Amino acid sequence: MFTGASQFALVGVVGGGGGVWAGAAAATLLGSRNALYGLRLSSVLNARGLRRLAAAQFVIDETTAMTIAREDPALGRFAFWATGLALFTLWNLGTMIGALVTHAISNPRVFGLDAAPPAAFLALLAPRLRAREPLAIAIASAAVAVAVLPFLPPGVPLLVVALLVALYGLMR
Amino acid sequence: MWAGVLVAFGACYLLKLGGLSLPQSWLAAPRVQRTVPLIPVALLAALVGTQTFSTGQHLVLDVRAAALVAAVVAVLLRAPFLVVVAVAAATAAVLRLL
Repeated sequence: MFTGASQFALVGVVGGGGGVWAGAAAATLLGSRNALYGLRLSSVLNARGLRRLAAAQFVIDETTAMTIAREDPALGRFAFWATGLALFTLWNLGTMIGALVTHAISNPRVFGLDAAPPAAFLALLAPRLRAREPLAIAIASAAVAVAVLPFLPPGVPLLVVALLVALYGLMR
Repeated sequence: MWAGVLVAFGACYLLKLGGLSLPQSWLAAPRVQRTVPLIPVALLAALVGTQTFSTGQHLVLDVRAAALVAAVVAVLLRAPFLVVVAVAAATAAVLRLL
């Protein structure tokens, strides 16, 4: 899956002792925002057939931002494909290097690497907190997830939180 | 393990393809527009909370909490992604050495 937050979530759940299916569900829910990006992108990209199948894989936060920032649709299309191709190549190269090199690290705790994932999630979260409502939702979500954690299998607290926020959004 | 990874890959891809292919009016519905952006906020915040304050199914308060505080400060100072992560890891590593 080419959508970073989802990859991190899957790894985070499994690394925390959770089941792979709970991780896959969290990853998929995090990827749901990409569907909304299509709304802004499809009119600019105007991609059909095979082109659309390829374009879909590149629909992520970064390509959407680069594309909709252009006034001229032709420039927007160029920005989409250029950003997508560059990120896709470098991201997967980086993932491969990580997979090969980290075998050499015997105890990640010594380097504080167990503190890295929460910081990474925080850095991904921060740009989405510019208004009061998302900030309140973030604080409540973290509190609920930590509160139910001792009583549920690892990974499941995330799904509880996702369900609650979806209900909140739809009922409001 | 890999079955779960492949299913998540397929689901994430179909969400993207669906966004490009579904009738625009479905996704433009105000309810959907309001709700979907909230889901990543909730999930990322829940991940921050659970990954900082737990080991397995046990609640734990250790150097990761201090590392998170350092990360919050870095974020408030508008540090780039990698700096935020490095600050947190370094904080945890140094506190463990003490």
